[in-house]
Amino acid sequence: MKKKGVDFLLLLAAGAAVFLLIAGLAWIGVIGEFYLQLISTAGIYIIVSLSLNLITGFTGQLALGHAGFMSIGAYTAAIFVMRLGVPLLPSVLLGGAMSALFGYLIGFPTLRLRGDYLAITTLGFGEIIRVVLNNLEGITGGSAGLKSIPGFSDTGDVMLDAIIKFAWIFVFFAVTVAVISNLVRSSPGRTIVSVREDEIASTSMGNDVARYKMLSFTVSALFAGIGGGLYSALFNYLNPSNFNFLYSVNFVVIAVLGGLGSITGTVLGGLIFTFAQEWLRVLKDFRLVVFGLLLILLMLFWQKGIMGSKELSITRILRRILGLGGKKE
Amino acid sequence: MDLLLFLQQLLNGISLGSVYALVAIGYTMVYGIVKLINFAHGDILMIGAYCGYYAFTWAQGTASPGLAIAFAFALAMGISALTGVVVEKTCYRPLRNAPRINALITAIGVSIVLENGARVLPFMGPNPRQVRIPEALTGVLQFSGLTISKVQVLTLATSIALMLVLTLFVQYTRTGKAMRAVSHDQQAALLMGISVDRIVSITFAVGAALGGAGGVLFAMNFPMIDPYMGIMPGLKAFVAAVFGGIGSIPGAMLGGLVMGVAETLTKGFISTKLADAVSFGILIVILLVRPAGILGKATREKV
Repeated sequence: MKKKGVDFLLLLAAGAAVFLLIAGLAWIGVIGEFYLQLISTAGIYIIVSLSLNLITGFTGQLALGHAGFMSIGAYTAAIFVMRLGVPLLPSVLLGGAMSALFGYLIGFPTLRLRGDYLAITTLGFGEIIRVVLNNLEGITGGSAGLKSIPGFSDTGDVMLDAIIKFAWIFVFFAVTVAVISNLVRSSPGRTIVSVREDEIASTSMGNDVARYKMLSFTVSALFAGIGGGLYSALFNYLNPSNFNFLYSVNFVVIAVLGGLGSITGTVLGGLIFTFAQEWLRVLKDFRLVVFGLLLILLMLFWQKGIMGSKELSITRILRRILGLGGKKE
Repeated sequence: MDLLLFLQQLLNGISLGSVYALVAIGYTMVYGIVKLINFAHGDILMIGAYCGYYAFTWAQGTASPGLAIAFAFALAMGISALTGVVVEKTCYRPLRNAPRINALITAIGVSIVLENGARVLPFMGPNPRQVRIPEALTGVLQFSGLTISKVQVLTLATSIALMLVLTLFVQYTRTGKAMRAVSHDQQAALLMGISVDRIVSITFAVGAALGGAGGVLFAMNFPMIDPYMGIMPGLKAFVAAVFGGIGSIPGAMLGGLVMGVAETLTKGFISTKLADAVSFGILIVILLVRPAGILGKATREKV
């Protein structure tokens, strides 16, 4: 019990230290506004990829429509903020809730079945959402997009605004990591992982497999929606065509690159991916060919990705550095 | 409801559905044998369409229209089959015993490479191209108020002929028998001396060839081709395969027709914009009501 308390404080301190380091470097001008924005973007990518990793990496069900869930969260949040004047925080959470509701509705017919139906249903769902958002011109602005969505803050100081954006996204990132890593270590989480390992064996142990798949998928949709809400406030502009199939594939690439079933891996994968995407802009159209090849090569020769299904234990590293004598569990 | 309009849309739907059926057969055969949703199959349709386009443009000047069209089909099916086999051998075969999700992600990678590869190839490029329908095929036939274009006649005739050949091939040749055996039980087929690797390659080749032919027909019906053209028909053809019962060839044919008719009826009577949503709705309903598909058999997994 006491060890857990210390671990919690260590993690909190580590999180605060990372935040203060990045924000401080930005404040004194070492990290420019552009790179801080890029780190914030990476934060959103990581949130959505973590949610994808929950259903794909931990539950073993491929989902290919996370851009769709993201767009539901993004549009819901933006509409609550703009048209109904709801503050940003509840709007983002409502966006997540709406996305979770859709996740539940999509998952219900699909996840009772064994096999790859989730992949194709979510793929179709992502496409349909895009068509619907394009046609609901009165509410979503249609293909012209939704412009000038209020951001996280408006202080007039560009750098301060960028730091506030980063702070918001960092807090949500930390909450996402905390919720998902605690979920997969809880009793339902163990059941979720058992579904990935062997669905039949898990059923024969008396687990209601469909229910746990639903739990995992709904939580996944929730965080994808929250990521979408943050996206709308970060970029202040939404367009249905941004949330296409290839956008969904980005999250698959991040999760695979980092390691399916690894939370710290996804964080590393998200950072690498976001920066690589920015630096690879010189490749223009070839960029997507490179991504496709990367996906194939990863699967053929480096299935484990950066971390495999292992985790980088932050607390163990900190204990070693601080000399607290981190015993192996 | 206007009966004539209904019959007209039904006719259009059957013509479009026969193209979906051709593509759906590729999905269902591959799934039946290696249990893989071949996401790249829609892009094979795109490759077929482009090959047919180039072949026809090239042959048009030198040969009679009939010969040029036959050449377009032959080249499209040949190149598509080749692509299918190369993709299978290089990308899917090494993963045959890996977890299914890995092969699925690889298939998405293949799909992205094919689409965007086509965009960056200098002679294909990202811009849509207008397909010129040969003069012999422009124009319509009329009978008792119904209109059918010559392209639709060709579509129906070609797809029915191809499906007939396929059925005969699968039912009455040694290779076809071996395919059925492998899809029934891969281990047992291996023990009976069937070269599973060879059969899997042949399945990919046959499925891709049909997809390529479907691409040529699709390009004739909707005369605009671009590198992303395969995504939507591919998705619909997959829904068709699930509808009919994935793994069942007659099921894929039936499913294709149903998808085509559902789409044209939606366009004719409800809304053009909703046509894509309807095909997805059909998938949800079929998964709820009869997950094994109309002609599929529910199988129990034995441990």
